[in-house]
Amino acid sequence: MTATALLAELTTRAKVTAHARTTSCVCGTSTLADRPDATVVRHADTVAKAHAPSTPLAELTPRLAAAGRLPGILLPPLAPTPAALHGRLVTFWPYGTPVDPQNPDAAPWEEAATLLARLHRTPAGPDLPPMRGPAKAAQAVDRLRAAPPHPATRPVLDAWATLPAWARAEAPMPDTRTLCHGDLHLGQLVRHPAPDGPWLLIDVDDLGTGVPAWDLARPAAWYACGLLPPDEWTRFLDAYRAAGGPAVPPEGDPWPALDVPARALTVQTAARSLTKALAAGRPLDEVEQSLVDACARMGSAPPELTGTFAK
Amino acid sequence: MQCPKCHAPMHTYNRNGVQIEQCSGCRGIFLDYGELEALTRLESQWSQPAPPPPAAPQAYPAAPAAPAWGAPQHGGHHGGHYGHHQRHKSFGHMLFSS
Repeated sequence: MTATALLAELTTRAKVTAHARTTSCVCGTSTLADRPDATVVRHADTVAKAHAPSTPLAELTPRLAAAGRLPGILLPPLAPTPAALHGRLVTFWPYGTPVDPQNPDAAPWEEAATLLARLHRTPAGPDLPPMRGPAKAAQAVDRLRAAPPHPATRPVLDAWATLPAWARAEAPMPDTRTLCHGDLHLGQLVRHPAPDGPWLLIDVDDLGTGVPAWDLARPAAWYACGLLPPDEWTRFLDAYRAAGGPAVPPEGDPWPALDVPARALTVQTAARSLTKALAAGRPLDEVEQSLVDACARMGSAPPELTGTFAK
Repeated sequence: MQCPKCHAPMHTYNRNGVQIEQCSGCRGIFLDYGELEALTRLESQWSQPAPPPPAAPQAYPAAPAAPAWGAPQHGGHHGGHYGHHQRHKSFGHMLFSS
């Protein structure tokens, strides 16, 4: 099935599902995302997502069930099991209002941190596969290895090589019980009901058990690389601690727990940026270079011994 | 009382129990015997109960902890990319990307 045919079919399914939920629909469909790993369309108050082609049903199903079990933390799906659509798994969701990409200053850092703390404190339940954070990082590094060489490739791969095996998805994570989101960024938050309901986490594709500091590691990496202002990082970290999040000690230096995941996310983001820049035939910009520079500095500062905070 | 320097009239002010004469013309200050010591005493009372002086001026609070491989501005300078008022467009995109 071609990508165009999938999009058309997904659009129809979103429309049918939306019309089943309401008697009067102000019809209108928009494509929220159309990438190799996900196609997402919206029709009125309904969103349909076609997951990545290789997504195993046995993994997506318990992830979807977890979202259904945790209202107030994760956006609950409209149907409890994925549907099949021409070789792709499709899930249906209520529409929620995302963070405005034009106004990241309005980012709900406190709400994001509080949701993560509550997620991390929730019993994971049976059948959940491991959180996919390290696997996604490894995938980004593999793609960089397959790309043409660039002077920045070496420091990124060297930094990756200093990480413990679990952070490179080559060994099980040291925590196999804590429920984690696995891919937190500002695109993973919506207000539901739209437009001004409470904030909730979305996207269950990487959800699972693992090291909860991974969910804090993207903002931590942005802060460490000098991209996220200290006050925004502090707001995020303080709110996580105030909500009793278990990923870092309640006070004192959080970096022994954050170090390895933040290094991994820095490497992942640097690898993605470099792969994209190479594909586009353009130089790295200032922000992307700051990630590569951080990777270069990692070589002379070995990872902290404490990869996880003992609970 | 007149200013011994410019002869303009001097006005009396009370600062924490210390009488101070200030000239309305040249703004010079006249202290009676013992008043300088009284002011010095007051000054030390102000500074004593205060906790150790802050590590950095108020306008630049201490940055939160950062790892050894972090950007150099964590050393105390508040330059760096986030010193800009406007976020870099590339970082704006990164905030929303996997």
